[in-house]
Amino acid sequence: MLTYLDNNATTRTDPAVLEAMLPYLSELYGNPSSMHSFGGQVGAVIEEAREQVANLLGAEPTEIIFNSCGSEGNNTAIHAALAAQPEKRHIVTTAVEHPAILAVCKHLEKKGYGVTYLSVDERGELDLLELEAAMTGGTALVTTMVANNETGVIFPVEQIGAIAKAYGATFHVDAVQAVGKVPINLSQSSIDLLTLSGHKLHAPKGIGALYVRKGYRFRPFLLGGHQERGRRAGTHNVPAIVALGKAAELAQTHLAYVKREADLRDRLEHGILATISDTVVNGGGAPRLPNTTNIGFKYIEGEAILFMLNKHGICASSGSACTSGSLDPSHVLTAMGLPYTTLHGSIRFSLSRYTTEAEIGQVLAVMPDIVERLRAMSPFSNDQAGWLQERDLAIVT
Amino acid sequence: MWDYSEKVLELFYNPLNQGSIDDPNQPDVAVVFGEVGSIACGDALRLHLKVQPSTDSILDARFQTFGCTSAIASSSALTEIIKGRTLDQALHITNRDIADFLGGLPEAKMHCSVMGQEALEAAIYKYRGIEVEHHEEDDGTLVCTCYGISEKKIRRAIAENDLSTVEQVTNYVKAGGGCGSCLAGIEDLILDAQQSVETVRAAAELAVEREQGIQPPISLTNLQKITMIQTVLDKEVRPVLVADGGDVSLHDVEGDRVLVKLQGACGSCPSSTETLKYAIEAKLQDLVLPSLVVEAI
Ligand SMILES: Cc1ncc(COP(=O)(O)O)c(C=O)c1O
Ligand code: FES
Repeated sequence: MLTYLDNNATTRTDPAVLEAMLPYLSELYGNPSSMHSFGGQVGAVIEEAREQVANLLGAEPTEIIFNSCGSEGNNTAIHAALAAQPEKRHIVTTAVEHPAILAVCKHLEKKGYGVTYLSVDERGELDLLELEAAMTGGTALVTTMVANNETGVIFPVEQIGAIAKAYGATFHVDAVQAVGKVPINLSQSSIDLLTLSGHKLHAPKGIGALYVRKGYRFRPFLLGGHQERGRRAGTHNVPAIVALGKAAELAQTHLAYVKREADLRDRLEHGILATISDTVVNGGGAPRLPNTTNIGFKYIEGEAILFMLNKHGICASSGSACTSGSLDPSHVLTAMGLPYTTLHGSIRFSLSRYTTEAEIGQVLAVMPDIVERLRAMSPFSNDQAGWLQERDLAIVT
Repeated sequence: MWDYSEKVLELFYNPLNQGSIDDPNQPDVAVVFGEVGSIACGDALRLHLKVQPSTDSILDARFQTFGCTSAIASSSALTEIIKGRTLDQALHITNRDIADFLGGLPEAKMHCSVMGQEALEAAIYKYRGIEVEHHEEDDGTLVCTCYGISEKKIRRAIAENDLSTVEQVTNYVKAGGGCGSCLAGIEDLILDAQQSVETVRAAAELAVEREQGIQPPISLTNLQKITMIQTVLDKEVRPVLVADGGDVSLHDVEGDRVLVKLQGACGSCPSSTETLKYAIEAKLQDLVLPSLVVEAI
């Protein structure tokens, strides 16, 4: 049995979504830009999909631009915000963004832009006073996530947006993890630009959308043909757009039942905390997505836990350094200031509407033994260990 | 997902020799442990040895490891390798031996095998009463302050594993994986190692030549000179240039002036022409005659 609890990494394509897109991979292969009705009929389904996505967000169809993924959306948004106010050369973002924001910001710093990376506290939350203090008249863009991919912690985007607007900055949100999991209504919002990605909400990989508020002076990132009203060149990925539309429609229905996911998540979380000592929920004190939990298992290492889980057919993920192949553990958990004892041993379980009670039961059944086995191998067992303290200091200096 | 060998997974799921060793208080049995790494770094190993002083050999070995799949497998492999060996034999074990025992490790995980080798060394030094502090003082200066990696450790990894890029050094000993401010320093150590390898090679060749009674040429006829220049250009210089889309041809030799024609990618940019000219000149001076000068036409 496969127990898939890695839905923040990617989700299963909903069978209804697959069915909706299939004809456009076979007989209905026309190009919507063509001047014949064979292609033209495809154009109509793109507009239908646009409406479905707009409905999920409380937006208007003309405010939706289809693109290839969340990373493209984030790159495009930053580019657009800087192009909209070229005289402003300062960006405010947070230390816990996805690399598709952070890498762009780092790159822009090299090109002479100033970037402020807002810190988070141990619960993963921002300090709005720090945001206020960072804002200047020269701030072109404030970009933050709606919900964090690793911890599920939700940021107060409307409060952030109000501050951004007070300083005349563009406000972009990376809503890749939030769309379909928490309600979003852009009709009453300070958000100018919003990124979403299909594969996180049961559409296939390689399709996304960028919301651009009506009236926003948007400059395109990808130049070429006149697709998407000249705002994003490139022949439409018709099957994937249809899929995203269908997925958005299903997500809207599903929002009403998301409590079930939250209940399962809570059961998993409480079960682990109750049966395994020295465990903590990272970001547990903050408002969180209903589907995500990030649990720190002290004194053991995340990649080893994942390989043990994998043997039981359980899929999860870890921000440990060994998982990524880099030498540094998750920038998100590091920014939260987690102690080293948990930093390397944190596991993210992320659920979806397909998650069953049996899957949660399976994790609860095997987890204590896995942790016990790895702890039996570990030279560490308590925070007071002299060796631990000593080495920690050595590293800090 | 990491592409671990069967052996790595086998030793991870069913590790051999995990745990610690209590001192049995028996005659001719000593117990010692050595440790490396820290929880901050993300991996740490405490290696326990049971030693027979009369034979100076390892009776038993156990490990306690905080770390990933390959760190645990490397630790277990190490204990299997060293059991029954004398301490002197054990000191000759390199990280490569551990990696080979495991049927290889992913490149980015090689540092796990280095950790094993270091813990072994730490344990043996401790047993022999060589102060670890003292040993580390000899280690030379720290090159990478982020990970606390000394010059000696980097040099050793380069030499034992024939490393030629900074990325490899980071994979093997972690140095350079943090802030990156030590990357240039690591590169210098690699260049240094490569040069010393070449020096050794050249010295060896010279020794062989001396033995065979071949004297390096003192004066050359013009024809000999041109032939040698052409050979060096063909064998040493052109292959590198052609690989980069450029080329060089010998136009003329007037006394010590070597006139060459630079072509293609390299010929097009003035600064690279300058660099190239000196590079070719250095090669020719080295291998043909020290008095040669190169001119691009
Ligand atoms: C918060 C967040 N932003 C952006 C992305 C990138 O999305 P995509 O994989 O579609 O490029 C992800 C996906 O991992 C994400 O979690
Ligand atoms: S000093 Fe080596 S990576 Fe920072």
